[in-house]
Amino acid sequence: MTLWVAVIVASVASLLIKLAGYLVPESLLAGERTSRVTTLLPVALLAALVVVQTVVGPGGSIVLDARIVAVGVAVVLLLLRANFLVIVLAAGATAALLRAIGWG
Amino acid sequence: MSEAASDAAAASEPALPVDRRREVVRQAWSVGIASGTYGISFGALAVAAGLSLWQAQLLSVLMFTGGSQFAFVSIVGTGGLGAAPAAIATASMLGIRNGLYGLQTSQFLGVSGVRRIVAAQLTIDESTAVGIAQPELRAQRLGFWQTGLAVFVLWNASTLAGALLGNAFGDPRTLGLDAAAAAAFVALLWPRLRRRDATATAVLAMFIALVASPLLPAGVPVILAAAAALVVGLRHPGRHEGPLEGADGTLPGSDPTP
Repeated sequence: MTLWVAVIVASVASLLIKLAGYLVPESLLAGERTSRVTTLLPVALLAALVVVQTVVGPGGSIVLDARIVAVGVAVVLLLLRANFLVIVLAAGATAALLRAIGWG
Repeated sequence: MSEAASDAAAASEPALPVDRRREVVRQAWSVGIASGTYGISFGALAVAAGLSLWQAQLLSVLMFTGGSQFAFVSIVGTGGLGAAPAAIATASMLGIRNGLYGLQTSQFLGVSGVRRIVAAQLTIDESTAVGIAQPELRAQRLGFWQTGLAVFVLWNASTLAGALLGNAFGDPRTLGLDAAAAAAFVALLWPRLRRRDATATAVLAMFIALVASPLLPAGVPVILAAAAALVVGLRHPGRHEGPLEGADGTLPGSDPTP
């Protein structure tokens, strides 16, 4: 699979999922158990992505470096209700600064 | 409400007064500006993860849902092409909520044919929130279309700007772009953690990802962590989110990005 194929397949899948909401009868998608699981699904995936992007290094090893400090800064900014772009920029700047002084 | 009934309801409703119309359009575009501009971070992170400018742009045009786009480029960025199936699966699972929004928006939009496909593509957190927040049917439709259009235009323009900026940068690690991606996921997760079962799901998913990462190929631990939603969701009966409500372009637990 080339990267182009992956990009196109994932994009078309996203559109078909959106379209399903317009074509599939509500009873099929909106059961109470189903809706509980579908509400929690993004929580589980995003939490796992936080871990992978923060502490997983090459080859899947667990690495504590500048990224975890940057995520700490992001959490503080979230507690202060900062804007999304500010949080992302501050985290990047934190890691860049720590690496510039030779850590992580 | 069927499409025919929805159309009849729209026809019987008086046209929106000019000031009311202006109010809805202003709300739509301020929501569009607020979240559409986050495409800058997506564009920069996508090229840092190894995508070309056009691949990043195609994701913003055709995938057009922020959380899924960030997840896709992050997994491909860490796991390479071998992780592409996992990236596709994760992006798709994160996009399921858009399908659920469609159940609501299809009831007031009254669309069919090509207009239905366009409406489906524009069905995201913001357009749904602004649409269902309006009391009158005509304003619901106007709010949905204007917000969808505003976010689409600005998200794509800012993706292009971010990708150009990212290409001009040097080594993504020196610039801390990997940490910026981690922070983006924290910010996407944060608003969803208000309820206790969500927190339990997040803790369990993080544990699964930590244990599985050294053992399994890149991308697979994230998919495995989806089991946390099943475990918690099927164990705690009787507590679920109330009906969707969006007063100012936000839905309970929705992403800050499209």
